[in-house]
Amino acid sequence: MQANFYYMANDRTRRKFYFGALSLTAILLFLLDIVLGSISISIEEIFNVLFADDKVEPHISNIIINFRLPRACAALLVGVALSVSGLQMQTIFRNPLADPYILGVSSGASLGVALFLLGSSVFTVILPTLVSNFCIASAAFIGAALTLFLILLVSVRIRDIMTVLIFGIMFSGATTAIVGLLQYMSSESALKTFVVWTLGNLGNSTFDEIKIMFAVTLIGLTTVIFSIKKLNVLLLGDVYAQTVGVNVKRARILIFASTSLLTGQVVAFCGPIGFIGIAVPHIARMFFRRADHRILIPACILIGANIMLFCDIVSQLPGYGMILPINIVVAFVGIPVIIRIILSNKKIVS
Amino acid sequence: MNPYTVKIENLSLGYGNAKNVKHKIFPAFSVTADNAQFTALVGRNGVGKSTLLRTLAGLQNIFSGNIYINGKSTLTLSRKNYADLISFVSTEMIRVMHLKVFDLVAMGRYTYTNLFGNLSTNDEKIIVDSLKMVGMSDFIWRNVSELSDGERQRIMIARALVQDTPIMILDEPTAFLDIPNKYEIILLLKNLTRQKSKTIIFSTHDLNIALQLADKIWLMANRKMHEGTPSQLIRTKAFDEMFADTVLKMENGEVKFK
Repeated sequence: MQANFYYMANDRTRRKFYFGALSLTAILLFLLDIVLGSISISIEEIFNVLFADDKVEPHISNIIINFRLPRACAALLVGVALSVSGLQMQTIFRNPLADPYILGVSSGASLGVALFLLGSSVFTVILPTLVSNFCIASAAFIGAALTLFLILLVSVRIRDIMTVLIFGIMFSGATTAIVGLLQYMSSESALKTFVVWTLGNLGNSTFDEIKIMFAVTLIGLTTVIFSIKKLNVLLLGDVYAQTVGVNVKRARILIFASTSLLTGQVVAFCGPIGFIGIAVPHIARMFFRRADHRILIPACILIGANIMLFCDIVSQLPGYGMILPINIVVAFVGIPVIIRIILSNKKIVS
Repeated sequence: MNPYTVKIENLSLGYGNAKNVKHKIFPAFSVTADNAQFTALVGRNGVGKSTLLRTLAGLQNIFSGNIYINGKSTLTLSRKNYADLISFVSTEMIRVMHLKVFDLVAMGRYTYTNLFGNLSTNDEKIIVDSLKMVGMSDFIWRNVSELSDGERQRIMIARALVQDTPIMILDEPTAFLDIPNKYEIILLLKNLTRQKSKTIIFSTHDLNIALQLADKIWLMANRKMHEGTPSQLIRTKAFDEMFADTVLKMENGEVKFK
């Protein structure tokens, strides 16, 4: 018995080390994300902008305050939000392939944006030539919010979680069809704007929008704190969760609300950024070798932030002459990294 | 611990669909499971054993009739009330990647822990003791996905034990197990009724186990519920109803070909 608890204590030390290291690399990547880019900026200048404004040249200060800092913040928040959402979905659906978009939140948001961008060209409503990001975000947010409402309605009435899953997939299919129809009928320029939106963009957000994202992420994460214990028990499925005292419907509403908020704001402000939400929870489980959400949620927060910041750095490395769409980087950089982790981990396990 | 008696009155089993069309699968019956007794539920596939156990555990609404625990109707019980009274082990096989035995058993402490599910030293002691009781002490930090069926069944029972309820309900706890494991687990459960005064109701297809070890048998056969000690049911030839239109018969407590 003694030996077993010694092992547990040992495990705690290892865990503390991982959490410490991941926090440190997140801070480093955050700074690096601001420093690197078409115009190089020194770390000293960043600190001067933040703490001693008068010492920096105005154009450098402008780049940091209006471009690099909001962008890095967006990357951080997107990484955190999608990873935690993905973890919740994989647990509640007991499916390793579930992702934050499985409930149809991004489809709903896409429909909102498509109606706004493409619908206006279809129905020949004259839009201001420069469509502001905030309008797109609002359209996406309305779409996501309506989807959330629909999900909650369904989850209250339907008992079986797999039926909820099928409903989500069907809903996504229906919205994709409507979006396809709009794409087919819309003008070329509107179509391009929409396609670019689907590739994701971390650099669209102003500092005020980042504040909104931050607030929504905070609400989403606070909600998760209340479902940690429920998520743990839901690993065993609805029946066992009920018999140990969980009100499964209430838990579902809490978890769906949190996921929809976290995912909805990402899609609204940065577009449907793929893949992070499905991969990060798996990386977290492999790193920490536990299924306990008290460990996995902070792990997902840290790993998600790290990976998203890393992808953002790659997307704007000097030498391209442009910033690559984030979804493309996430796919090209993220997939090999994750396959490598999975393969190396398999070697250890089996 | 107070005596805990489960009393079922005029309960019929069935299910209703969305249009409120009701399908009765088993007509009304009344039975009891007494405090600290080991009750076996026996019957053929599809007769409604699982439905009965699920109804008892509050996982399914009562079709019609009443269930009383210590004289109090279960209709008004909340999920937490149920969790304080009844622990449940289903036939579902749990295979979650990276889930440690310790973490799984700890889930039984759900109603006892704080918002985050942090375990006190007392909680940890209860978990360790329960694992010792089911003979799984050495497996505490193993992954659930790496266990054999018998080992997994033991830790599912440990999980029910840490819930510390007066009543335990188990749906076919010995399915998938080899003969030694079957008897070990059933004897372990029977010991719990004796040492910890738990009221245990379990379903089984193994008549030898039910006849040799149960204090009481609920036999569902031929749309009738037969209740009694093993010897009473053998005497009243209740098992013959279960084997009606089969090639089998019960003779002196043994299953034989006709």
